[in-house]
Parts: sequence; structure tokens; C-alpha cells
Amino acid sequence: MMLLPCPHCGPRNSSEFRYVGEGTARPDPGTATIGVWRDYLYTRSNPAGWTTENWFHRAGCRRYFTVERHTVSNAVRASHRPAAQARTTSDPEGLSAGTERGPDAGPG
Amino acid sequence: MLSRLSSRNGHGMRARYSAFNLVRYGIGSGEWPRAWRDHEMKASYDVIIVGGGVHGLAVAYYLAADHGITNVAVLDKGYIGSGGSGRNTAIIRSNYLTPEGVRFYDRSVKLYERLAGELNFNVMFSQRGHLTLAHSDSSLRTMHWRAEVNKLEGIDSEVIGPQEIKALVPFMDTSESTRYPILGALYHPPGGIIRHDAVVWGYARAADALGVHIHQNTEVTGIDVSGGRVAGVRTDRGSIAAPVVVNCTAGWSTLISDMAGVDMPVTTSPLQAAVTEPVRPFLRPVIVSGTLHIYVSQTDRGELVFGASVDPFPSYSMRGSLEFTEELAGHILELMPSLSSVRVLRQWAGLCDMTPDYSPIMGVTPVEGFYVDVGWGTYGFKAGPVAGETMAQLIATQKTPELITAFGLERFSRGALVGEKGAASVGH
Ligand SMILES: Cc1cc2nc3c(=O)[nH]c(=O)nc-3n(C[C@H](O)[C@H](O)[C@H](O)COP(=O)(O)OP(=O)(O)OC[C@H]3O[C@@H](n4cnc5c(N)ncnc54)[C@H](O)[C@@H]3O)c2cc1C
Ligand SMILES: [Zn+2]
Repeated sequence: MMLLPCPHCGPRNSSEFRYVGEGTARPDPGTATIGVWRDYLYTRSNPAGWTTENWFHRAGCRRYFTVERHTVSNAVRASHRPAAQARTTSDPEGLSAGTERGPDAGPG
Repeated sequence: MLSRLSSRNGHGMRARYSAFNLVRYGIGSGEWPRAWRDHEMKASYDVIIVGGGVHGLAVAYYLAADHGITNVAVLDKGYIGSGGSGRNTAIIRSNYLTPEGVRFYDRSVKLYERLAGELNFNVMFSQRGHLTLAHSDSSLRTMHWRAEVNKLEGIDSEVIGPQEIKALVPFMDTSESTRYPILGALYHPPGGIIRHDAVVWGYARAADALGVHIHQNTEVTGIDVSGGRVAGVRTDRGSIAAPVVVNCTAGWSTLISDMAGVDMPVTTSPLQAAVTEPVRPFLRPVIVSGTLHIYVSQTDRGELVFGASVDPFPSYSMRGSLEFTEELAGHILELMPSLSSVRVLRQWAGLCDMTPDYSPIMGVTPVEGFYVDVGWGTYGFKAGPVAGETMAQLIATQKTPELITAFGLERFSRGALVGEKGAASVGH
């Protein structure tokens, strides 16, 4: 079990949340090259260490927030409300906020 | 092909495993010679393989056996098989969804079928059949789709109904009164399970006998690249020069590729598994249910081996979780209520290198001489032999073998993904 500190609701079991991922900024379709699109769509830094990432509290306040987590120990050292970063997540309009399906939901 | 095979068989291994030697060492004096040796680390090798799992060891073995390239080192930061290769649930099958995937995994099944003889090591490949259950119309459609692709590629694979399932697995609840009634299943008779440690040890022993150096407890900490070419690796035991470096580190593979400056679309997530106390043999085929997110098989020793989907967020932690055991137990009991009194002995986790399309990433990279054999996610153990054979061929001939052209790193720039999620996300 991993506890995540939701900035709105306090510490809760990670099973209440949906992992959203690293913040990625959507490239400008007018100027982006194939390499830039590839990186935006697929390349992730996948560090073994501290990472800053977005989570969605699906069984709670149903809001996004940002967490600093160590990917080897799963220790969490800070969490923030998204404020300005929310615009640069992979879900800029918050479109998936209404869905329960996690990133890996699928036919299985 | 035949000549390659006989040359593979002809290598002189010390102390063959045989009934005669079993008696000789059993009642006579003396010890079995070590299956593989320790060596001094050389200042340079022709090929350095990073990662001593089934992939790294298989690449080394086929380089030596098929191409006579023996000045090869396999480096592992722990002991061989300490990664996914020693932690997986050992399911082997080829009933995938894409023609590229089916052909590729089929070759691996064929290599596995004769591996025990080739390596003179009992890998206990047990082709007991593999059932992927469908609990909904949409998954039944996917099963039919897979069955048709499989048949076109010459794979034994068909959709069967609840009565036939019941005949294969009498203990399964195939009634209509369950929460997710079973509508049918994809049945794949050549699928089965294997002794995963034996595969690792068998490749290590055979590669060692052909002259490959295996260096355990040797961590790669950097990769030297100059002028767009790989020059060697740095380790916690010193630097080694090599014109060819192969990344076979699965869950750790982005860390190694980062050292060479190669970006990869891979994230690392734990996958958990559990095993029960042994019970009398009652379950022949491997059972997978995507809807219930579980699979189960019974080993030759009678233990039930369970697995599930990959953990829901990336991490390099190999700790098990209570959520996993609880969900697993609940879902297993839906399928086989009579297991309620069986005790779980152990649970564990391993790291999986997940790709966006659930297909591997194999072949050349933008850095000359730096090859990758990664992206094995939750399903790569079964691919060890074919990956070893094709990567060795690529390194020896500088030509990408047909079987792996679809799996190149550059496919993500072309949008030419090989979508295997429908056949690999729970089934492994
Ligand atoms: C619980 C579980 C169940 C699975 N079930 C199945 C299944 O049923 N069927 C199937 O086909 N697949 C299955 N898999 C997937 C399979 O285990 C892997 O895809 C496969 O073992 C990968 O093999 P590998 O040789 O590429 O990597 P690994 O076996 O992970 O080996 C990588 C090695 O690299 C070493 N290494 C890492 N970093 C360094 C470094 N810096 N320097 C030196 N060495 C380093 C590690 O110590 C490790 O030994 C499962 C995986 C898990 C975790
Ligand atoms: Zn909340």
C-alpha cells in the first residue's frame, strides 16, 4: 500500500487515485517536427529517482494534483495543487476528469 | 538450418548431464563441475551484453553457437536471473493478435520445444494447453480475431465453448450464475509453462562452454560513445572497451539507454505474482481471464502460480502489495470456488519495461554499435530464444532479420506501432 497526500483531502490509499503521468506540453501542430511529436506521444523520462508527476483523485475530490515521488522507494516528499501546471498536463482541458477508466483500462 | 543445428549440438560441454553421470556422481566420489565459471574481466571484448537474464544469455549463446562469435561478455549487476527472468510465471505461447507477433513468438515456441536437448539441460517445457477466457461479447470477438490470425499463420488455436472448457477444467465454475459468466475461450494446445530458472542456467552453461564470459555482480555505470559510435562500458569494476554493446536490461533498460543518449518510449512498472502450497494435480491448462485480471497454472510440483495485470503506476520498487493479494484471491475464487482453503506461500514482484503498443523494441539505435533488445513488458520470457537468435544474427550479419523488422525503435517516429495490447496485457 502506498499513501498519497491529496492536497485537498489529505493522505489516502493510492488505490483511490489514477496515475496520469509526467507533465508534457502539447507541441504546436503548425511547427512541430516528427521527432517532437514522437517525444510528446511516447518518450518518457522513466527515472529511477525523484520524479514530478500528475495524479487524479478519482474516488475522492475528483481533482488533479502534482506529486514528487521517488520511484525506487515510492516515498513522497511534496504534493501541490496544479495551479498553472494544469494547463500543461497531458489532459489540458481536464477532459478525462469524468471518466473512471485508468490509462491502462482496456479489453485486457 | 540443419547444419546450424548440428553445429550447435556438437560443442564440447564438460560433464554432460546424463543418467550415467547421475549415477556416477550420485554414488561415486567427486562433485559435479560448476555449470559456469568466473573469469578475470578482460580489457576488451567483441561484444558486451548488459543484463544476464534470459535475453542477454540467449544473445550470447546464439552469437557463439550460430556465428562463432565467442569473445563476448555478459554483465549483470546482481546474479544471473535476478531480474524478470527469475520472477516470471513462465507462460509460453504464440497465440498473439498481430501477424508479426504471432510469427515471432511461434519461432520461440519451436526453439523452446527442442531447447532441453540442444542445451543438455532439462528445462521442463510442459505444453499443457492455454485457455484465455472470454466473459463478454467484445472479448469473444477478440478471441475469434486472434484465432483467425493464428490459423492463417499455422498456429494451433481455436475458440471453444463453455462445455468444452468444463471438460478441460472440471473445477471451473462455467455456470451462468456467476458475476461474469464464461462465454467461451481461446484454446491454444501448444501453450504451456516451463522451468524459467532452468532456461537461464541452461543458456548460461552452454554459453560458458563455448567461451562466453559471464560477470555477475558487475554493474554498468556508464557507456562511452565517441563520434556517434559506442566505444565501451564503464562498470563498478573498471572500464571495458567494445565495438558492440547490447542492452538486455528489461525493467532497467531506459537507465542503460540513457547512458548512451538514446531515448526510448518505455516506462517501468512492477508486476506481481504469487504461489500457493502444493496440492494434488487437478489443473492441466494455463487459465487466463482478462476481465478478472488474473491467470493461474499448476506446476509439476502441484503449486498454483497466480498472476495479474501490471501495477497501475510506474515504479522501480519490487515490494508486493496487499491490494494485489486481495483482488487476486477474490477473482480466483470466482473462477474456482473450491480453492478457498488453499494457502498462499509467497508473493513477489518483478520490473516490466512497458511499451506503448505492448510489442518489444529490438535492433539498431541512432548510436552505431549500440543495440537494444528491450520492451519485454509482462510477456518477454517466452521470447528469449527467438530474441537471442535474431539479435545474434543482426549483430553478426549487420542485417535486421525479417522476423524483427517490425519491432525497430524507429517505428515510433513512423507511427507504425504493432498493437498487441489485446493479446498481452493480462495474458502475458
Ligand atoms: C511477475 C512476472 C510474471 C511474468 N510472467 C511472464 C510469463 O508468464 N511469460 C512471459 O513470457 N513473460 C513473463 N514475464 C516477463 C518476463 O519475465 C520478462 O519480460 C523477461 O524475463 C525479460 O528478460 P530479460 O532477460 O530481458 O530481463 P531480466 O531478466 O529482467 O534481466 C535484466 C538484467 O539486467 C540486470 N541489470 C540491470 N541494470 C544493470 C546494470 N546497470 N548493469 C548490469 N546489469 C544490469 C539486472 O540485474 C537483470 O538481471 C513476467 C514478468 C514478471 C515480473
Ligand atoms: Zn482529493
